[in-house]
Amino acid sequence: MSAWEPVIGLEVHVELDTQTKMFCGCAVTKGDPPNTHTCPVCLAHPGALPVVNERAVEYAVRIALALGCTVRPRSVFHRKNYFYPDLPKAYQISQYDEPLAVAGLFEYWVGEQKLSCRINRVHMEEDAAKLIHAGGDAGRIAGSEYSMVDFNRGGTPLIEIVGEPDIPSPEAAREFLQQLRNLVIGLGVSACNMEEGQIRWDANISVRPAGAERLGTRTELKNMNSFRFLQQALESELPRQIAVLEAGGAIGQVTLHFDPESGTTTPLRSKEEAHDYRYFPEPDLVPLTAGEAWVDEVRRALPEPPAARVERFMAQYGLSRYDAVVLGGGSAMARFYEELAAEGIDAKLAANWAMGEYSAHLNAAGLEPGHGHVTAQRLAALLRLVAGGELSGTGAKQVFALMVEERGEALDIVSRHDLGQVSDSAELETVVAAVLAEHPAQVEQFRAGKDQLAGFFVGQVMKATQGKANPQLVGELVRAALSG
Amino acid sequence: MTAGLDPLRLTAREARRLLTDGEIAASELTKIYLDQIARVEDRVHAFILVTADNAAKYATEIDREMGATRGALAGLPTAIKDNMVTEGVTTTCGSKILGNYQPVYTATAVRRIWGDHIVMLGKANMDEFAMGSSTENSAFGPTRNPWDLATVPGGSSGGSAAAVAAGEALWALGSDTGGSIRQPAALCGVVGMKPTYGAVSRYGLVAFASSLDQIGPLTRTVYDCALLLRRIAGHDPCDSTSVALPSEIELPTAERLDGLRCGIPTEYVAAGIEPGVLSRFEQTVALIEELGATCVEISLPHTEYALPAYYIIAPAEASANLARFDGVRYGYRSVHADDLTEMYEATRGEGFGPEVKRRIMIGTYALSSGYYQAYYGQAQKVRTLVRRDFDTAFAQVDLIVSPTSPTVAFCLGSRTADPLAMYQSDICTIPVNLAGLPAISIPCGLSDHLPVGFQLVGPAFSENRLLAAAHALEGAIGFTAVPTFCDSRGASHGAAGQAEPGAPTEPAGPDRRAADEDQRR
Repeated sequence: MSAWEPVIGLEVHVELDTQTKMFCGCAVTKGDPPNTHTCPVCLAHPGALPVVNERAVEYAVRIALALGCTVRPRSVFHRKNYFYPDLPKAYQISQYDEPLAVAGLFEYWVGEQKLSCRINRVHMEEDAAKLIHAGGDAGRIAGSEYSMVDFNRGGTPLIEIVGEPDIPSPEAAREFLQQLRNLVIGLGVSACNMEEGQIRWDANISVRPAGAERLGTRTELKNMNSFRFLQQALESELPRQIAVLEAGGAIGQVTLHFDPESGTTTPLRSKEEAHDYRYFPEPDLVPLTAGEAWVDEVRRALPEPPAARVERFMAQYGLSRYDAVVLGGGSAMARFYEELAAEGIDAKLAANWAMGEYSAHLNAAGLEPGHGHVTAQRLAALLRLVAGGELSGTGAKQVFALMVEERGEALDIVSRHDLGQVSDSAELETVVAAVLAEHPAQVEQFRAGKDQLAGFFVGQVMKATQGKANPQLVGELVRAALSG
Repeated sequence: MTAGLDPLRLTAREARRLLTDGEIAASELTKIYLDQIARVEDRVHAFILVTADNAAKYATEIDREMGATRGALAGLPTAIKDNMVTEGVTTTCGSKILGNYQPVYTATAVRRIWGDHIVMLGKANMDEFAMGSSTENSAFGPTRNPWDLATVPGGSSGGSAAAVAAGEALWALGSDTGGSIRQPAALCGVVGMKPTYGAVSRYGLVAFASSLDQIGPLTRTVYDCALLLRRIAGHDPCDSTSVALPSEIELPTAERLDGLRCGIPTEYVAAGIEPGVLSRFEQTVALIEELGATCVEISLPHTEYALPAYYIIAPAEASANLARFDGVRYGYRSVHADDLTEMYEATRGEGFGPEVKRRIMIGTYALSSGYYQAYYGQAQKVRTLVRRDFDTAFAQVDLIVSPTSPTVAFCLGSRTADPLAMYQSDICTIPVNLAGLPAISIPCGLSDHLPVGFQLVGPAFSENRLLAAAHALEGAIGFTAVPTFCDSRGASHGAAGQAEPGAPTEPAGPDRRAADEDQRR
């Protein structure tokens, strides 16, 4: 066992899917031509003033409550001053020492182990504009010929979730983020689209002697939006810190650069750390008040949290934890699974299909659960045929593929493609007799005691019926014929 | 028909009656003011931009097209301080950095009176970003006081006050952060009112100090002040700090002050009030008592800390508000730069004047890590104490009265070398902004040949009480003097009374502005 233990903390930013921006009426959009959703407010023209988006506050409160935070009855917006081309006012309206919500707890699972991470605070702010670095390589600022600013994103409502340094491993950090993302998606406040950077985070990591109380000096990874890179970066940073400490050195409080190609982190110069944001209360906005009655109303309307749903799936459907996490972790799949179950499909059969063929199909087609032609009702119709013995497992997979391909109904496909399972004894006895007649040598051997040849005959019957025969029935008929 | 109308004396109330009764056309009324601008503007320089053609055209349109449907203020010629954005009309805020700025929207207060069909004559001169008490900090040259061209009109709404005093506008909008409406109104012998913080939308007012800024009227009479204020006041969904007034602004009719209790803060009267101002003030207090009110001494014990607190809070907010002027999206951009950082630095270095730079430096320092509590935090505590002083006082009295400014208009250049002396101009007005209260300044006589202002301060949202009292007092004072356009230095400026009406003068406008800029160099 290692003498060092890692301590990881995450600060997660989530862009909210409100219709309009945080402080003005411009539409929040993705993929529209640059600078087509701007106004005096989000371009910081002289005299323009911010007005808080009420829906954004509601969404933020949903997140805060789902993380078990206390929503403060009065919170204050501050100006965070920094000068950069993506920030037209040269300050970001954010929250500082009087945030929207504090003191939450997020529970998540790493394998069979339940972990919890304290949430320091949830606060609201506005996103910066998007910088596009042109020329040079890979859109990075270094080496680019010029940069452009797209103010469409500027002013998008943003939530910052600040976690305490309670995360014990790079794997746990990854699980924390994936499960947090599921939680947020389930709340209906953000799609958390990874490519579009709707969810991004800063991670800090330090190591300390196993069991020690005091935290070591931390290094930071900023503005990441890939689970895989995060885990890789943390896994590469850990041994680097341990090596420095074991060699008697000290960790510098620096920001790290992660290179996905080499999978390693390198410290950047710490010059940037000297930011003085000169926070002060935003005089253009009055303090935000969240009445108790309203907060309770939002709380009552919250959907079931994923962690609770996982527990319920295990109890209600008798699923293993693994299956319950896969099916109940995300709200869309959970809804699909419960619709299947509500159609009267056996829980285990429904689970196998939802996780197997159905998930494979979603991946291949790039669909979210519940979308596309194969609805829960259509899949249920197919699974009823399997449960009733009218389709074999293999046959059902064929029918499923055709349902996707032809956008058809299970029953219709089975009849049009003649894929129904043959369970008619008289019809199958004829086939069995024919197979035995074709293989007299094998019949001799079987009768001489080579029992395992039974499988051979069943196989031949299945082949002759193009897989449609009920294999269990064929087995019985073969044994009966040979012993007769 | 219009020959008898004197723009130095005409009130909005009378002008509105003449227009309503069809005794004068809007175009004729506008012409009176454009003519006066042509006569005196090259000496007064009340405007950064005169929109003469648009004003004349619009007035004609009002006459021709609007008929009975025209708005409540239709045809009344108005000056707008150049820190309120006006769509398509250059808005400079008195600064080179916005010298070419064409706003893409219009300030709510302006939009409301445009909706009433007022005629905008132009954009009034001001101290750069409203930082100043003399209008000498304008990047486009100073405004001169029509009562004595050797003196300043006060500031920062010096252009608005001078325009009204000089008959270059029937009335004007100004803004008040620490006295910027009341002090120039006092120095120019006109009425100026700062409403309760939140009474008038700040949307489209180029921000100086957001928690203190407030738009208000500069007019010839208290009645006119109410007439204009009632049209601009009220909640605006675009300004979260604006509120609906508890009751609509009433047009004042009061002639007596029976039963009114007035407080005179000992701290204000002790604050180096010059003798001429003090004697006018005392005479006016006597008048108040004659009108049936009682006057008692009160104490506002934290007054001495108000000025230093203001000079922390206002620059701190300004340092953030002015950070957006970077030459990228609008406004002035320096050509003396090879890369982005140099462009930022050169733009701001060339674009801002010295007083603005001074306040940005002070504000940035006051907010910086390690100093925040000692400066900004402490100043906010003082602000709370100042507010409580007023709360305590208003438990005993209905209104507080004081001189508006400790002095009459001072000579151009006499205080520019000493910023602290300049800051003292606002000693009686600044605490009112810190407390967010409404206050009005009315002329109460002359000291030597220059006007003295009398300030009345009320509790939050007591505008109607304040206007009624000021109206009664105004009647009793009977201030009828008008400016003479003299020049006490005996310089080359001729007196206006001697100028031929319609004498050819340079129209003010963008060209004029460029000329002034050159003069400043």
